[in-house]
Amino acid sequence: MKGILKLAYKLLVNDQAKFSALLLGITFAVFLMMFVTSMFSGVMTHASSTVINIGAPVWVMDPTVETVSNSVGMPDYVLDAVRSMQGVKYAVPLYSGGALVKLADGNYQSVTVIGLDDTSLYGRPDLVEGKIQDIYAENGFIVVRDAEFAKLENPHVGSQFELNDHRGVIVGTARVATSGLYGLPTLYTTYERAIQYIPNPRYTISYVLVEPKSPNDIPRIKQQVEALGYRARTKEEFMKRTEDFFIYKTGGGTNMLIMTLMSFIVGLSISGQTFYTFILENLERFGALKAIGTKSRDLIRMILFQASFTALSGYGLGVGLCVLLIYLAKLRLPSYAAMLTFGNLAIGFGLVVVIAAGSSYAAVRRVLRIEPFDIFRG
Amino acid sequence: MPKTAIQASGLVKWFGEGEARTTALKDVALEAQFGEMVYIVGPSGSGKTTLLSVLTGILKPNAGTVLLEGVDIWGLSADQLADFRLAKIGFVFQDYHLFPRLTTAENVAIPLILRDNDWGESIREAEKYLDIVGLKTRAQLYPVKLSGGEQQRVAIARAIVDQPDILIMDEPTASLDGDTGVAILSFVRKNVLNQDRCILVVTHDDRIYEFATRILNMEDGRLKGSEKSSA
Repeated sequence: MKGILKLAYKLLVNDQAKFSALLLGITFAVFLMMFVTSMFSGVMTHASSTVINIGAPVWVMDPTVETVSNSVGMPDYVLDAVRSMQGVKYAVPLYSGGALVKLADGNYQSVTVIGLDDTSLYGRPDLVEGKIQDIYAENGFIVVRDAEFAKLENPHVGSQFELNDHRGVIVGTARVATSGLYGLPTLYTTYERAIQYIPNPRYTISYVLVEPKSPNDIPRIKQQVEALGYRARTKEEFMKRTEDFFIYKTGGGTNMLIMTLMSFIVGLSISGQTFYTFILENLERFGALKAIGTKSRDLIRMILFQASFTALSGYGLGVGLCVLLIYLAKLRLPSYAAMLTFGNLAIGFGLVVVIAAGSSYAAVRRVLRIEPFDIFRG
Repeated sequence: MPKTAIQASGLVKWFGEGEARTTALKDVALEAQFGEMVYIVGPSGSGKTTLLSVLTGILKPNAGTVLLEGVDIWGLSADQLADFRLAKIGFVFQDYHLFPRLTTAENVAIPLILRDNDWGESIREAEKYLDIVGLKTRAQLYPVKLSGGEQQRVAIARAIVDQPDILIMDEPTASLDGDTGVAILSFVRKNVLNQDRCILVVTHDDRIYEFATRILNMEDGRLKGSEKSSA
């Protein structure tokens, strides 16, 4: 480390009380910012779980659909029309809906039912128990082994339940990439069985899943679907639409923004004030350094280094604390909806840079204003 | 023949404008040679500190020139002036201005560190100078653990660690008791002053006048003639 920066470092860390207060303020602010944004990311990921787990590149849906869990049924001709469109390699129907399951002990449990295309089983999950072909067996259902699994009384292959007066039999257990947002167990079956067992309106296709011949065909498919009066969205667009719904139409985004801003303001005020006090206490010494022959730009470098060092240390500690808390929470609640993304890290880092810049701005101005002559005058 | 360390002439410095204008220096001229320990004495408000600031490139005069070792310091750019001060002038401030969170050795090493010297070497060099001022055993202590006299010695060590040609001492005994003040200036006269160094002391403490080679009286912004010369 260059001498002048080491000098700045020692001046900073040797003042343990102030350095601790600075670090604590920034760590706490970063922790809050990261935690709020992580929770939101987690919720968003869980909200799009069906899209992620099925994995189809293009989804055709009613134009009014805003989240994957609130589908609007489409007539069968949409499937036929999509299959005949240029650029479509193949297209299959998907059923996604809710149902009430009566368990062996007589209790009822809400579940999410996914009905896969009978021919291809496109979007099937990875099985951990049983065989996928058994889904075609009479009353066959596959249950997802996630955090909600226990709500179905920990079923195993052969377990039975009742769904709308129909018998259901578990023929396999599966794992998926992401569990759902609403805390409901998920059952997979065939499309035909799903619409047969679950009471439905006239139109039963929730989504048409499309595999384009090539990614370049997607815009053309979109145009053709739109001409039909429906919408084709890529997986990413559908997830973004779901995310936008939660951000802009539920108040979730506003809450996250308010919490993040509050954390930012808390961090900025604590660190800004403490850092400014730290500079004020050393102001005469900075003046003495100026008199001795230190250039103003070197003093600025010292202050910026001190602010950056504190901010980055606080950032690391804050992120670490957030990771630790999420890890501990997930030990207890495996489907705990919090997730650190690169986006969250970048937002946190950006805000910390602003905190460092804001804290050092006032300090730099103060140090630049001091005249060495004042040091002589005492 | 002694070389000239400081040569100033026609120095004028005023503060404020219009009716509020106060003239602190009125056509001041001063010359000091290497090997001299020149005192500038006078009552408060006579312009001593202003003169010191103008002579060391800290406060720009409204008129006049200052040559330090033949260099017209007010003709230098701000960066050149800062470099010149760092290389040629050592400062002992009235309140020492030691960093309380740095050890004694680190405080002394500051001028070397500011000149981009290696940290470890700077500390070792600082310890040598602490030995010179009799504080070798205090190198790892923080200034708050030192007495006023010891802090003054640390400030002196810091001022001379980079071997400046000109040493400026601003009211060096203002925060010390009489005996300590006398001891400090006696030490400076014996151990710090040499034929390659000029020391300029601003003071109004007549107990330390005996250590000056020359005393200049400052009164109402003007330097009066030499009161004593023992160089």
